[in-house]
Order: sequence, then structure tokens, then C-alpha cells
Amino acid sequence: MSEQMINLTIDGIPVEVPQGTTVLKAARKVGIRIPTLCFLEEINEIGACRVCVVDYGARSLQAACVLPATNGMKVKTNTPEVREARRTVVELILSNHDKKCLSCVRSQNCELQKLSLELGVADENTFSGEQTAHPIDDGSVSIVRDNNKCILCRRCVAACYGTQAVGVIGPVKRGFHTAIESAWGMGLSDTACIGCGQCIAACPVGALREKDEASYVWRMLGDETLHTVVQTAPAVRAALGEEFGLPMGTNVTGKMAAALRRLGFSKVFDTDFAADLTIMEEATELVGRMQNGGVLPMITSCSPGWVNYCETFHPEFLPNLSSCKSPHEMMGALVKTYYADKVGVPAQDIRVVSVMPCTAKKYEADRPELAGSGYPDVDAVITTRELARMIKSAGIDFVNLPDEPFDRLLGDSTGAAVIFGATGGVMEAALRTAYEVLTGETLGNLDFHGVRGVKGIKEATVQIGDLALNVAVANGTANAGELLDAIKRGEKSYHFIEIMGCPGGCVTGGGQPIVSAQDRMARDPRMVRAQALYQADADMPVRKSHENPEIKQIYRDFLEKPNSHKSHELLHTHYIARPLYHEGAR
Amino acid sequence: MSEHCENCEHQDKLLKLRDIIEQKRGEQGALMPVLQGAQELFGCVPMDVQKFIAQEMHVTLSEVYGVATFYSQFALEPKGKYVISVCMGTACYVKGSQAVLDKLGEVLGLKSGETSADGKFTLSATRCLGACGLAPVMTINEDVHGRLTPEAIPGILATYQEG
Repeated sequence: MSEQMINLTIDGIPVEVPQGTTVLKAARKVGIRIPTLCFLEEINEIGACRVCVVDYGARSLQAACVLPATNGMKVKTNTPEVREARRTVVELILSNHDKKCLSCVRSQNCELQKLSLELGVADENTFSGEQTAHPIDDGSVSIVRDNNKCILCRRCVAACYGTQAVGVIGPVKRGFHTAIESAWGMGLSDTACIGCGQCIAACPVGALREKDEASYVWRMLGDETLHTVVQTAPAVRAALGEEFGLPMGTNVTGKMAAALRRLGFSKVFDTDFAADLTIMEEATELVGRMQNGGVLPMITSCSPGWVNYCETFHPEFLPNLSSCKSPHEMMGALVKTYYADKVGVPAQDIRVVSVMPCTAKKYEADRPELAGSGYPDVDAVITTRELARMIKSAGIDFVNLPDEPFDRLLGDSTGAAVIFGATGGVMEAALRTAYEVLTGETLGNLDFHGVRGVKGIKEATVQIGDLALNVAVANGTANAGELLDAIKRGEKSYHFIEIMGCPGGCVTGGGQPIVSAQDRMARDPRMVRAQALYQADADMPVRKSHENPEIKQIYRDFLEKPNSHKSHELLHTHYIARPLYHEGAR
Repeated sequence: MSEHCENCEHQDKLLKLRDIIEQKRGEQGALMPVLQGAQELFGCVPMDVQKFIAQEMHVTLSEVYGVATFYSQFALEPKGKYVISVCMGTACYVKGSQAVLDKLGEVLGLKSGETSADGKFTLSATRCLGACGLAPVMTINEDVHGRLTPEAIPGILATYQEG
């Protein structure tokens, strides 16, 4: 049955859309960008802020983001009344907003700032009056909340409740005293917050940001007694360029390595190397579990947001989690042992900085159990955004940098590693290695299309010799929860599952450059950034983790074999069930 | 009374609350009536009761707390034995209810919304009580006191101090 089509005019332009389409989306079809603020496609469509009002001859102006197009509708989006209403809405929001734009982390990437300019707000204090004053919640190691900048759009709440099924922030009180807060005035660190940072990615203003560690990194770099090395996660290279005006989906691996060297890091290593190592360890663990009657399905453990979610909301699945540390933690443990020996620098003088697309990695690096060498595996985690700020403040002309390679020893990687940054990537990388290890045959087609793409839950059956391996891939913790519930009800059965805490995987992690709601409608960053990684994979001379020459070398020289005693000491970990509310919460 | 018995009583009320939740299970918007039931049982909806509701109803504490703080009928902390509600409706306000509220605050040493340390009085400002003919008016539990002056306050309070 074909969809019923609706015909309407918008500013006199005829447009035909399927029934159920909103006026906001119909307008975009004919090149009219109605401004929005609380709207975030598929996440928060509640018509709350009234910035998108239009006139269609009804008694009052209507919010286009929730107004269904109907036959014969004549919509006007650009009348004096509409323009004034939109401007007034923004002026009223500004009347209770901390307008310290100059020092705001979101300056120039703030939807409220942009709207104020576009709608012609002439005075940020058109309506002056009482302002609410809130303490800043900076107790979490991942996320800082500043309600003085909050505009109550509820995009973060929708991300936390809906996309992530965590639900630790919500509207409290009412009227002028309404605020987005955790229950009972708990700080985020007292709640079940998983640190994923999807609230930050959803925030149109500066009310949510990562906990800054860049200043700590600057201090390390300025300390000549320290030997500070850096590593970068796969997804960072697919998005960092956006902070410097390059188009979404530009792969900036070479410029990134060059910029890090100019910032003063002693060595620039690639977390992709450790991703290959993770595949060696994890594929071996999977084969071991299958051959020895271990706990199945085995579930990946490289996403710390997901690990936090599992520990808090589904501790019954902790035995299913792979014991493998996440790649950057593996890298940190090796830098302070294998590398320290090679260069003759004592581990206590080495600092490891990870550049991650992720805010939960900050919490992960803080875990006391992740200290394989006796020193913390990783000393500081900065997000892609923090790295961009460091590069800018160092005066580095990023766009015109030459491409430089990573440093040797822990810098070589394969196509299998680079796709870790996209949902399904770890699964695909593991399958490439598991297939060849289990069958002893060379895999013909390396692309497992069934596990690619941004669908919330993907399933595939992969024939490996005589074995039909059932796999699943979930991204976003709400989808993960749904998948685990289906397994508990006995409806689903798998051997191996990849779970990434963020929708789309790391390319759209909570530490990545923030894409405005309007830009998200034009291009889906989950797909565009992932494409950069899949292209990088296709272009790589080596695309299977077990064929990485430096991986072969490290097993030969240091680790002996995957899941060896030394591997277990340095590269594996354990998990802890966590309460919904922490001790000390009032 | 021993602490043990108070605890037993609390557990008993939680069981009753569970019954209420069971009756409402699956209903749309069940959180409101459940919170009302909890408030009737406990006199307020403190943190442990909210956590119990969240756990039993499979909703987040954040959602329970959000609803409980949205509606002024819900109290997060136990109210006093006597709840004083001073009408701030238009008629009462024009007739000087602010001065009455100020006097009450001064005598009791409380701000609006607070409860005295001995648990005797809760002072609150309220919207129109619908007794405009008696303005300015206040209620102390079920008792209505009208045509108030600040000077009359200490005398009225004294009659409750005894009990």
C-alpha cells in the first residue's frame, strides 16, 4: 500500500509530503529552514520552546516541529508576527540565562547564540529581572552540569531517559524554579550516571560539558622530568577536523599526529594498535569460552559507558563481559612496561594521555583496578573537543599541517582496528580474526555488511567452518538493555555480542565535536563519520589484526601468546556490580 | 517507644504502599495516585519511600522526585502536627495577609515552607482558600481563622501550644 501523500504550500511554495510529516520537515524539503531550539530529531520532539512557530491561519501561531502537515494547509514561516514571536521567545530565554558567552565552552557552537544573531536580538537584556542561581555540579569525573546556562529544553533528559535508558536527570519543581536536576539534589556522581556524555552531545548550549583535563595535560607537557606519551582512539580522526572547519567525515589521521607532536608529546602512539591487540585477546577468549564451556554469549567490554551501564543496571551479565581491558587501557599498561623497558625510562616518570571520543573513558581511567604496571594505565583522558581546544590555544594551523605517521613500536595498525570507532566495527574485526584462527583458512571477503549501519540492534549468523556463529550488535544503552532483556526471556541466543554505549558507536561518542540539531537533520554524523573509518579500512594494506607486524612482534618479544599469564596481568580486568545510588547520597 | 517498633510500623506502611502500587500497576499515570497514597500513609514522601516507589513501579527515582516536587500537595519532609496555611489570594493579600505571615514567621522562627524543630508547626503560604469574606484568613489544620491581624497571632498560637 502506498503512503498517503499530503499537499500543502509553505510560503507559497507547493510541497508534497507523506502523511504524518511535520511542517518543520516539509519546509526543509523546499529549502526553508525553520529555526529550532528544543527540537532534536527522533530524540526530543516536544514543541516546548516555541522558537519554530509558524502561521497557518489558526487562532495562534503553532510549533512547526510538532505540527502535522495537512491537505490544503497554507503555512507562512516568515511574517512580521512570526519573526517577532520567535525573537521574543529567545529574548525571554535569555532573560534567565548566564550570558557569559566569552568564556563559554560552547561559544561559536551554541544554538542559542546562533539564534540570537539570526533572529536579530538587539539586546541580550531586553527582559531583565530575577535570575535563578544554581551551584555547578562538577563532582562527576566525566560530566559537568551548569544549570545557570540551562534553557530547560529537555534534550539532555530525552537522551538520558530515551536513548540511553539511564534516567538520572529530569525536571524538578515547577514554574520559575524548574530545573533539570538529579533526584534529591544528588550530584551526578551519586547517581547511576554512566558518564556516556550523550547529554552533552544533545545540549544546545553550555549547560553540559566534559570535566576538563586539558589543563592537567598542559602541566604534564610543561614538566621536563616527565616523559609524556599520547594515544588517539580510532573515532577521533574521523571527527577532529570538524572543529577546524573541515567537512564532516574528513579523515585527519596524519594532521592529528602532526599536531600532537607539535603540542610536545614525546611519542604519538595509536590506540588502533591496541585495538588490534584487543582483537587478539578477545577472539582468543571467545574461542576459549566456546571450547571449554565458558559463559556465553560473550559481550565486548571496550565501551566504558556500556560497562558502567552493565555494572549498574544488568550486573547479572557481568560474567558475560569479556575480561579484556579496553584498547587504550591495554596501551597504557604496555607503555609503562614493554615500552618503558625499550626506551629505558622508569614507569613512574611516564605519563599516558588518551585522546578519546568519550567522556566515560575519564571514569574508566580513574578505576583503581586498571593499573597493570603498578601505576595507572592511563593518567589523563581528554576528549576530541578538548584536544581541538589545545591545538587552537597552541596556535597550530591545523588545516595546513603536513600528514605525519604515528611513532613505531605501538603505532602500527590495521583496517580491523580503525573500524572499532563505528558500531559493528569490533564485531567485524573480531570475525576476521576468529574466522582465520578457527579454520586456518584465509578469509575471502573481509566485509561483514550485516553488522554495519546505525540500526539499534543488528543480528547475523556467520558460518565459520562447521560452526554457525550467532552474533548481535547493539548501540546505545537503551538498545543494549532491550537486547539483554530478550536474552533473559530466552527469546534470543547468541555466541558473541558487541555493545557500544553510544548510538552509532564511538564516532558519535559523548566526547566528539557537537553537531547542532539543524546539521543533524541534514547529515547523520553516525553514518558520515563511520564512512570515513570504513574508507580508511578499505585503503589499508593490512586489514586483519593478527597480521599487524607490531602485534606479531609484541607477542614474540613480550606477551608470548594471547591470553598468556602476562596478558592476563596487563591486559585483562574484572567488573564490579554497582548500586543505583551511592553511599553518601543524602 | 523503641526504635524497633517505629521500624516495624514503617515496614507495615511500605507493605500497604505495595498493595496500592499493585492495584495501579499497568495504569497510565499511576505515579500520581501512588504518591497520594504514600503521602496519606507516611504524611510525606521522603527519599526512602520514593526509592521504594521507583523500584516497585520500574521507573527512575528522578521521575518520582520530579512529580513529587512539581505538585505542591506533596511534602518531602514530615509536616508538623499543626499545618498553618496563610492565604495569599488577592483579597487576603490586599487585606494584609503578608503582615500576618511575617508575624507568624517571627513568633515561630520559621520561613514559609519550614517545620519547627519540635515537629509542632509547619508554616506555609497558600493560594486562595475561597473564604474571601473572612480576609485575611488562615487555616490551622481544619480550623479556619478569619479577619486576622498580626496582633492576634500570638494569642491564637498559644491555644495550640498547649495541645
